Amino acid sequence: MSIAIDNRHNEIQAETSNSGVGSTEIAIVIQNLKKRYGTVDAVKNVSLEVRSGEIFGLLGPNGTGKTTTLRCLCTLVQPDEGLLEVYGISVTQNPAAVRQRLGYVAQEVALDKMMTGRELLEMHSDLYHLSKAQSSDRIQSVLTTLDLMEYADRLIGTYSGGLKKRLDLAAGLLHNPQILVLDEPTAGLDIESRQIMWTLIRQLQQSGTTILITSHYLEEIDALADRVAILDRGTVIASGSPQDLKKSIGGDRVTLRIREFTPLSEATQVREQLLELDVVKSVTVNELQGNSLNLVVEAESDVLTQIEFKLNSLNLPLFGISRSQPSLEDVYLAVTGKCISEPLN
Amino acid sequence: MTQSTRTSQLADSAQFDYPDLNLSIKISHFIQETLALTKRLFIQLIRRPSTLIAGLVQPLMWLVLFGALFQNAPDGFMGTSGQYQKFLGAGVIVFTAFGGALNAGLPVMFDREFGFLNRLLMAPLVSRSSIVVASAIFIMSLSLLQTIVIMGTIATLGAGLPNVLGILVIIAIVMVLVLAVTSLSLALAFSLKGHVELIAVILLTNLPLLFASTALAPISFMPTWLQWIALLNPLSYAIEPIRYIYQHPDWSLNAIAVVAPWGSVSLIGCLGLLSAFAAVSLYSIQPLLKRSLG
Repeated sequence: MSIAIDNRHNEIQAETSNSGVGSTEIAIVIQNLKKRYGTVDAVKNVSLEVRSGEIFGLLGPNGTGKTTTLRCLCTLVQPDEGLLEVYGISVTQNPAAVRQRLGYVAQEVALDKMMTGRELLEMHSDLYHLSKAQSSDRIQSVLTTLDLMEYADRLIGTYSGGLKKRLDLAAGLLHNPQILVLDEPTAGLDIESRQIMWTLIRQLQQSGTTILITSHYLEEIDALADRVAILDRGTVIASGSPQDLKKSIGGDRVTLRIREFTPLSEATQVREQLLELDVVKSVTVNELQGNSLNLVVEAESDVLTQIEFKLNSLNLPLFGISRSQPSLEDVYLAVTGKCISEPLN
Repeated sequence: MTQSTRTSQLADSAQFDYPDLNLSIKISHFIQETLALTKRLFIQLIRRPSTLIAGLVQPLMWLVLFGALFQNAPDGFMGTSGQYQKFLGAGVIVFTAFGGALNAGLPVMFDREFGFLNRLLMAPLVSRSSIVVASAIFIMSLSLLQTIVIMGTIATLGAGLPNVLGILVIIAIVMVLVLAVTSLSLALAFSLKGHVELIAVILLTNLPLLFASTALAPISFMPTWLQWIALLNPLSYAIEPIRYIYQHPDWSLNAIAVVAPWGSVSLIGCLGLLSAFAAVSLYSIQPLLKRSLG
């Protein structure tokens, strides 16, 4: 695999050898999706494939077109161009069949606060045309799985944010869809609800559901996804399994803090000095974090000793230094040239 | 759940692929989804009864206050003998029903703005018309209740009660008008930008249409230009037949209810016109439902 990282928007196709997860059957196909709103290209060109039984992550900051892609897939929005298929069924031509197979849980929870949880689920089961027997069966099942039994007959208006999200998920699961589409499933949740959600998602995969999630949380994608596609301004710029993407980036990451808050001039000076070292590939001054230095270095080199030596010779202190193998955050930085937490301009 | 169970589930759900499904199943599914949506509207009403209470009190206030306004008007003032309530009654019935139906689109607009509508659009509905039919059933039920209460109040105020057939015809007229106006209101809810715009249109439509009709005064009171508008106003074709039934115990379906420059319209003719109005409204909403909303 040869990669050129200097070009920001290079497409990195990480070779995924049998990653093992998911059968060879393809659950979702999206090819050259395009959607424009007025003068804004929300989605410029998105292509991806989701295998049956895997968890597929769509990663990118807000505003890159993740939600629009999902809405095109879930028959809520007509795409301008592109092919969308769910188990071989065309989304644009046969939306009813697609709706039967998909469960969509949107980013914003939209519930009716005048209904109880159970009433909402009963409404859903009628909209999905379940029989009386199926309905009570499935409602019982999702209420238990999502730990909502206690709250089922209380008004939704009294639910906490985490409860509402779980009810939303329960509604999405009611008709036992083959594919579950989750848009930012843990956005705004506290840590405990987040862990519950992650466990649930893994359990759902175990029971055979294919899951497509979008997130702007790197650790979430890293923890859950079997394969990932990175979205930047409406285009997929990298895809593959998290491990393969990290391997394809290559090198180790070193974070160096000369002082707790280093003056910019000093940091820039040290940067010049460090670039002279052979094992150092690139150095960036991280202005968002006290002008610390982010280095990309050759893996398995004695770079730490070399850096300490350099700093000593310059009579500079060393507040902290750490070294790690590339993370998904580094992958994101390498392919987009920016931190995922940076605001989009 | 193993892979094989998943595959058999796939086969099961293939049963529900439209349009291969046979007609009777489609119909029962349509009824199922429509009733579910109607049920939701009634749940909201029961838990928030203020709308119902306001909807029953307002027409009673109109009857009592307007009636009192013309308490000492000379007999025969309104072109017929008897109390003003007998005259006004028809106007209040139609005006109340019209107001309720005009607001039918508001809950749908809020659903649309807050994302709840997406739940409905994501579901494999047989037809999105079930959303319209559910609203129509709900508003028609409310209008029926209001009409009965108003007719009861008019009777209590001493202005009489039509015979059973007359009551049924009045209810039929109201139901058809409500169906027409509900469709239009929903059409607006699907096409306007937001609830602010919808409320603006409702306000602009409600009172002017009331005054440009025969709700409060007979046609003979109006200048020619207003007469023309009133005779083009569908509300007049609901008000006049109801008024006729109230004022003529010997009414018949062929009796002339409206005299317009272009001809006379009988009672049954009015019902026919209103039905055509309803059919056109329902038809106009179809393309709006088909296109995706967002």
